[in-house]
Amino acid sequence: MISFLGKKLQNPLVLASGILGNSADILARVHDAGCGLVTMKSIGPAPRDGHKNPTVIDMGGGMINAVGLPTPGYAHMDAEWQALANRKFPLNASIYGGSVEEFVRVARFVSDQGPDFIEINISCPNSDCHGMLFGVDEKSAFAVTSAVKKAIDVPLIAKLTPAAPDIGRIAKACEDAGADAICAINTAGPGMVIDIEAKMPVLAFKKGGLSGPMIKPIAVRCVYDIFAAVSIPVIGLGGITTGEDAVEMFMAGATLAGMGSAVRYRGIQVFDQVNQELNTWLAEHHTTRDAIIGTAHGSARADMGDRAGTTPFAAREDQKGTP
Amino acid sequence: MTFDQKPVMLKVAEKTEHNPYFATLFFNCPIDFHPGQFIMLWIPGIDEKPYTISFHTPARFGITIEAKGIFSRRAVALSPGDLVGIRGPFGNGFDIISSPHVAVVAGGCGMAPLAPLVERLNPNLFFIHGARTKQFILYPDRFKAKRHFTTDDGSLGQKGFVTDLLENEMKHRTEKSLPSFDMVYACGPEIMMHAVFTLCETHGIACQVSLERYMRCGFGVCGACVCSDRVVCTDGPVFTSEQLEKMADFNRTALLKSGRAVPLDDYVTWRCQ
Repeated sequence: MISFLGKKLQNPLVLASGILGNSADILARVHDAGCGLVTMKSIGPAPRDGHKNPTVIDMGGGMINAVGLPTPGYAHMDAEWQALANRKFPLNASIYGGSVEEFVRVARFVSDQGPDFIEINISCPNSDCHGMLFGVDEKSAFAVTSAVKKAIDVPLIAKLTPAAPDIGRIAKACEDAGADAICAINTAGPGMVIDIEAKMPVLAFKKGGLSGPMIKPIAVRCVYDIFAAVSIPVIGLGGITTGEDAVEMFMAGATLAGMGSAVRYRGIQVFDQVNQELNTWLAEHHTTRDAIIGTAHGSARADMGDRAGTTPFAAREDQKGTP
Repeated sequence: MTFDQKPVMLKVAEKTEHNPYFATLFFNCPIDFHPGQFIMLWIPGIDEKPYTISFHTPARFGITIEAKGIFSRRAVALSPGDLVGIRGPFGNGFDIISSPHVAVVAGGCGMAPLAPLVERLNPNLFFIHGARTKQFILYPDRFKAKRHFTTDDGSLGQKGFVTDLLENEMKHRTEKSLPSFDMVYACGPEIMMHAVFTLCETHGIACQVSLERYMRCGFGVCGACVCSDRVVCTDGPVFTSEQLEKMADFNRTALLKSGRAVPLDDYVTWRCQ
């Protein structure tokens, strides 16, 4: 068991938003398969179908997707919320909106359903009017984070995009606005795949976010930059498929390690497998996860602060405003 | 060969129009395949949907499409020479047993995934095929195995449900002390598959059914096709009795494109648009 923002997690692995998180049943299965913190598919303000297929294509070294933020809408998930109220696992609820007001409306409702964390998706590249707009600009990121923070009773995680010109500054703006943790990265790009026989982009939305092993170096760099810029914990994800990938992400500065596309390559059991690989590596190197967080920063590394995320959420609230 | 990454563009080599509602598109391309698996069919500029492989030889494969929605009407209107994208095959397929004491129960276009299975099973199987009317019977002359028909209007075989025939046969085998079925395979409307499953449970017989849900990725990450805690595209589409017993969503709930969980009837209405 580890502690993250005052909540107990069975291990430091996280299910990325948008992967499998469609129902309480499947979230429970992912938890039982060894995932410390499962994340719901992003919940929006109104029903939305997402894009036509093809929406998700595997490219071998990773995937490209433009699913397009499908959501029943927060108000149309009664059975789901009921099932989740009786859950036996920690839950991260990802949300999105098309404006600060929409983010707040969704956040307030979702907070009342009692998730353990709320993650604001200010980083999705696959909609023209949602998400990423807020994650590439410090002022917008600050505005949406601070507004949501005031509306909710649970720790707030800001999910960031590598498309930001300086992701460290965006992370700092979120921290200043009251975010309790940063999650990075969302998919990279957007990119495009054209089929030369069909003479058109394969994805119906034409462009889409890249994920999986092909983006791991971008994710590691982003987490490294964020670690240097903030003192709140970071959930690092992007291309992690092995225990050694997770070690690399911890060394860049992550407190928890998320996985999504890895489910494509190793199945749902990837969580148990990576957890074992991680523990084996740590044991062989006579070290612990806490001890390796941020070590790639060497002597230049910032004061550790509460990187391990062990301070209870309530206590963190009391520290607000202190440097 | 498998094409589980970017779609592979293939020309429609041949089209067989079975009747006004069903057509099979053939592709002259080898593909690794186990009965019950499916491919994603991309019509560029239109959409991409899952279809089971209904014909398979070392050199070619075919998919049978029922024209009932926007995409499927477009698909049956394709002509030889038209280019489409294929990804797959995906999914687990049926667990094939060699026993002669097996039953296959097909409802409507549920015949499509079962056809390559029937061709691999012991020819002494007990084979039931139900449809709305005689006109909707797929592949009327395809199989060596004897087929028992049921239709809603009695235009072919017995008027009534496939489960009527299946139950009679189960009782008959019990009364005559004949070996009971070692496996029942079913595909068709989910309400029919549930009736078959329930009948099998009552008689203590194992069954396998092939489920259908709205799909996106086809390889188990997007979550669009979850049924209870099972991912239909990778854990299925074929599920066993033991799995079905634990799947409360079976014959009850399915997700719309938005991810909203709705009663199965509402899902079926939406899927037929």
